[in-house]
Amino acid sequence: MAQHKVNYTQNGGLPVALTSIDKIVNWGRSNSLWALTYGLACCGIEMMASGASRYDFDRFGTIFRASPRQADVMIVAGTLTKKHAEFIKRLYDQMTEPKWVISMGSCANTGGMFNTYATVQGVDRIIPVDLYLPGCAPRPETLQYGVMLLQKKIRANQASRAQKAKRLM
Amino acid sequence: MRAYKPKDNVQAKPYYTDRFYVSPQVPKFEVESDEVFAHDLEAIKAKFDVLDAYIQVGQMVVFINPEDNYKVLELMKNELEYVQLTELSAIDWLAARGGFEVFYQMLSMSKRKRVRIKMFINKGEAVNSVEKLFRSADWSEREMFDMFGIEANGHPFMKRILMPYDWQGHPLLKTYPLQGDEFAAWYEVDKIYGKEARDIIGPELRDTAKVDRYDSERFARLGHEVPKGTKITGNEPKIVQNYQEEGGVFMVKKFDKKDSVVIDDPQR
Repeated sequence: MAQHKVNYTQNGGLPVALTSIDKIVNWGRSNSLWALTYGLACCGIEMMASGASRYDFDRFGTIFRASPRQADVMIVAGTLTKKHAEFIKRLYDQMTEPKWVISMGSCANTGGMFNTYATVQGVDRIIPVDLYLPGCAPRPETLQYGVMLLQKKIRANQASRAQKAKRLM
Repeated sequence: MRAYKPKDNVQAKPYYTDRFYVSPQVPKFEVESDEVFAHDLEAIKAKFDVLDAYIQVGQMVVFINPEDNYKVLELMKNELEYVQLTELSAIDWLAARGGFEVFYQMLSMSKRKRVRIKMFINKGEAVNSVEKLFRSADWSEREMFDMFGIEANGHPFMKRILMPYDWQGHPLLKTYPLQGDEFAAWYEVDKIYGKEARDIIGPELRDTAKVDRYDSERFARLGHEVPKGTKITGNEPKIVQNYQEEGGVFMVKKFDKKDSVVIDDPQR
């Protein structure tokens, strides 16, 4: 059985860390980014691989949730069809603030190779996007690096300041 | 080796190539050359008009009148043992002949034969539904309606199957543009934000090869990123992107290669 040893002699003998509100809030936000399972196409397979044991998203505190009401970040993994566009907007609206969007792969970024009548040419036509991941499909390492960059972006925010809700228009 | 083509007056000769690939015609054979097919055709001819019939790629193709389609398929299923309707759709001949060719692809498991029943309908005409005979025709006829606008009389649920219910146009028509018409281009914007949002969101960017390094709205030069909307001069300083800030992050330890142990033994 694993034993966790607390060294009470360090930091002046107290298990205490001093910090600012900003830092502790941002630490909490950035290290428990619960993602909405949004696998729309083959990128969804890479997203699942990132969550599985080999790449292990839990290390970052990223746990996939099946409900938008429990999610902080929407990872749009795959081709967004025009038929589905209204639903992605509805799910995005149901997520609680603060919320972020990662557009994963060429199809979600620009429509990719589906230069046709039935595909939305980039999810940023529907919802505001924070991070674009290139690739077709991006490797799990890319997605995890993207999440780390998003964490950095969250840490750069001043948490105590009123958050302005992101709107496309 | 590539076949030699004389190139004496290549420049002078006007040439025309079809926009789409026109496949060469596969040779057709008499139906009498196969006795199973010959017997089947006799059975159909005894009751219905047959406009044309031949064998192509080992399959019999029979042209019938469009009003007979239900009865012919009933005969094929109940008496001639063609128990499966494997495919059903239409071909757009609007430009050349002013109508559609509807085909029914049938399979007989016991005879190990395939037969294609074809019929020609004019633009705007409906066909009789064969959904009561074959359940597989249910979705196929809905797809035919969705893609070509051909309705099937007597179908229990004649609605679009792939495109949204409020879609306009039928995408598999040869006149339908691949990248969509005006309605398709603005479909999601109109539906979610309304028509007045068109100016704000802007038209779709359809040129997939377009890369503009001076456009900071849509593109970012790796290593020289600037905030969105900044005017780019080309002399942006190089930025090294790290996933963690200098000086560390509160309560998060950065991975240090020096502290890690590399295990060389693959067996360990």
